[in-house]
Amino acid sequence: MDYTLSFSFILRYWELIVTSVWLTIRICLIATVLGLSIGTIFAGLQTTKLPIFTAPIRAYVEIIRNTPFLVQLFFFFFGLSSMGISISAYAAALIALSINTGAYATEIIRAGIESVSKGQLDAGYALGLSRLQVFKDIILGQAVRAVYPSITNQFILFMLGSSVVSVIGAQELTYAANFLQSRTFRSFEVYLFVTVVYFGLSYFFRMLFHAFESFAFAKIPER
Amino acid sequence: MQEFVFFDALRTLIWATQWTLLLSLIAFTCGGALGLILMVMRISPIRPLRWFSRFYIEFFQGTPLLMQLFLIFFGLPVLIGYNISPLLSASIALTIYTAAFLSDIWRGCVEAIPRGQWEGGAALGLSYLQQLRFVVIPQAFRISIPPSIGFLVQVVKNTSLTAIIGFVELTRQGQILNNVTFRPFLIFTMVGAIYFLICYPLSTYSKSLETKLSRQA
Repeated sequence: MDYTLSFSFILRYWELIVTSVWLTIRICLIATVLGLSIGTIFAGLQTTKLPIFTAPIRAYVEIIRNTPFLVQLFFFFFGLSSMGISISAYAAALIALSINTGAYATEIIRAGIESVSKGQLDAGYALGLSRLQVFKDIILGQAVRAVYPSITNQFILFMLGSSVVSVIGAQELTYAANFLQSRTFRSFEVYLFVTVVYFGLSYFFRMLFHAFESFAFAKIPER
Repeated sequence: MQEFVFFDALRTLIWATQWTLLLSLIAFTCGGALGLILMVMRISPIRPLRWFSRFYIEFFQGTPLLMQLFLIFFGLPVLIGYNISPLLSASIALTIYTAAFLSDIWRGCVEAIPRGQWEGGAALGLSYLQQLRFVVIPQAFRISIPPSIGFLVQVVKNTSLTAIIGFVELTRQGQILNNVTFRPFLIFTMVGAIYFLICYPLSTYSKSLETKLSRQA
């Protein structure tokens, strides 16, 4: 137990840390935008109730949600390169992250659309509103408000989960931690520091989402 | 040749699945025990206990499980001067992580029990812990089953991260087989299928319990 802790060396690598934090945020934001697009389209297709759409979408959602992300990552990264498609670790990570979050988004958005009661739509039509007006003025606000907490929660879990992509060599915050660790051999300090950075990140996003919520949804009544 | 690879791989993978199941069991039972203590602390009338539990939950929910694994497997040995085996590191990290989530889930269930139940217990002369033990927890237990089983799915999936510190469970075995056979689609489809066979029934069961419960209410 004669080990002396030292954190000061981390300061020398501040540029690496800042860049890596940004890389983590960036890959998560891009994957979230792609995932939300997948989710919106698929959830929309599911409302048609046509089996040609709903059956494959159901299968996609269930397969992704019931298998570990790490296995999905290996499947795409090693799988695509075995097919002769040369793909960078970053691209493979982005594809796997987007496909993963797309499944969760599909499920969340579907629940959000279903949460708006049919009676409200009928009331809208009865008042002579067009389909577009009903969608824009009645469904959209309520659905967004209903899914907002789940989506933002999911984003934070997703950001923490994205640390896994360092395994295939995609550069982000965890990758930087491993690099620093191999440089300095101060594994406890490095991992503790990076853990705290992740905590700060998730705290920051939670506050940001919360501030946005009270600002944006002030006019839409909570049900 | 084709069949040889398939059946040999399948047998090895099923063998490795034992470790995935064992880890899940350790994480869920030890994490559940720790989670129960944290939940009681979180709702207790004593402020420092509440603060501690709240910080614990926020911290371990707000940091990646992978970092917690690294911190215990790579970081802790430097500090204490002993190596910690992958199995022990994995068990500790998964327990700590699972406890944070389960205690939060269970707190929600306990808080869903109306205040009047506590007061009824108090009127019968039960102490605080007796009210909790004999009145509130038995009722909260019923509503906690669906979300707990739902979270068990996350636990099973999370055990895959222990592959990264070199613990040979299902995912790590898949990686090893892939290195030998160079058949990533085949191997990782099989690995994924095994996880799916474990997780999907749990997800479905959790969902059906939930609808049953909400219909009763």
